[in-house]
Amino acid sequence: MLGALIIVFREVLEAGLIVGIVMAATRGVLGRGRWINIGIGAGVLGAGLVAAFAGVISQAFEGSGQELFNASVLGLAVVMLMWHNAWMARHGREIAAEMQSIGTAVSEGAKPLTALAIVVGLAVLREGSEVVLFLYGIMASGTSAPSLLLGGVLGIAAGAAFTALTYFGLLAIPNRYIFSVTSWLIALLAAGMAAQSVQFLNNGGVLVVLDRTVWDTSWLLSEGSLFGRMLHALIGYTERPTELQIMVYIGTLFAMFLLMRLARYSPRERVAV
Amino acid sequence: MRSFLVFFGLTALLTLAPAAARADDYTITIKDHRFTPEELKVPANNRVLITVINDDATPEEFESKTMKVEKVIPGKSKGVVRIGPLKPGRYPFVGEFHEAVAKGVVIAE
Repeated sequence: MLGALIIVFREVLEAGLIVGIVMAATRGVLGRGRWINIGIGAGVLGAGLVAAFAGVISQAFEGSGQELFNASVLGLAVVMLMWHNAWMARHGREIAAEMQSIGTAVSEGAKPLTALAIVVGLAVLREGSEVVLFLYGIMASGTSAPSLLLGGVLGIAAGAAFTALTYFGLLAIPNRYIFSVTSWLIALLAAGMAAQSVQFLNNGGVLVVLDRTVWDTSWLLSEGSLFGRMLHALIGYTERPTELQIMVYIGTLFAMFLLMRLARYSPRERVAV
Repeated sequence: MRSFLVFFGLTALLTLAPAAARADDYTITIKDHRFTPEELKVPANNRVLITVINDDATPEEFESKTMKVEKVIPGKSKGVVRIGPLKPGRYPFVGEFHEAVAKGVVIAE
């Protein structure tokens, strides 16, 4: 039972960290609960579908279907996170100011909510499909299934509890800083996802360049440990990154900040006109 | 918007880069949640292609953090795993869904 609990908890934890950050990043935006719920709901549904068609996806593109699928899911999430951060760079200050003066929800923000709902959906879909496959395997194999299944359910509950912990931990940050902190977190999240995405392309045999391992920090922190996995989900910690992964990681961070800077300047120009 | 276009352009360019994989073929079979062979020797500093055959009815996830691979192999099917180039050394892998018994190691030399 404990084994099942740990496996499911690990997967839910990775999606949960992302959901927790997204919830903190949309603090004070009206209707965000509905959008995040839609994202989670669509993600769970998608996870079921991906699990059901795991065989078809695997066999697609000469056996590289799964890698291409994962790379695309991560790539799309990166674009959505960039969109959100650019939008926040433009409107974040107004929202923070309003939150401080009124202390309640702000009506602005339909745009990034779509983006973040998609991010939540994709995160749940990716990790959730593994949970579904794992639980399906337990049920299919019969023996000792009830206790394993209980472990799985407890794992989901523990993962959800951790999501809440992440969220409330981030809420402790004062209003003034919350958006800059979440922008940083989202930038690192996106960079990590982009680096993972190119590794999937490499595994799929699509993008086989600069694949030499640059360093190995497994002696310091194993990526398989719980803390290693958390850092992997949060900032893309990889114990043996390739040259391409490092380049893409830095490139994504750079693109993110460039985009945020560009977004920040535009309103002033408009004021001038 | 322009930055998005540049981003997509770069992604497209990178995707089109030549896939010059020199792959050797190896096979690992999963049966009763165990790998055969549990120890696989491969040449170091080469890209290696391993076909993982799952003879069980249940799905398995072939996972190795050290080799940067995670791939679901549905029941009664097979999947191709591409690894390397690896520096000489031992690279453990597991079947994540049955980690207690599904263990093995790739030895690059």
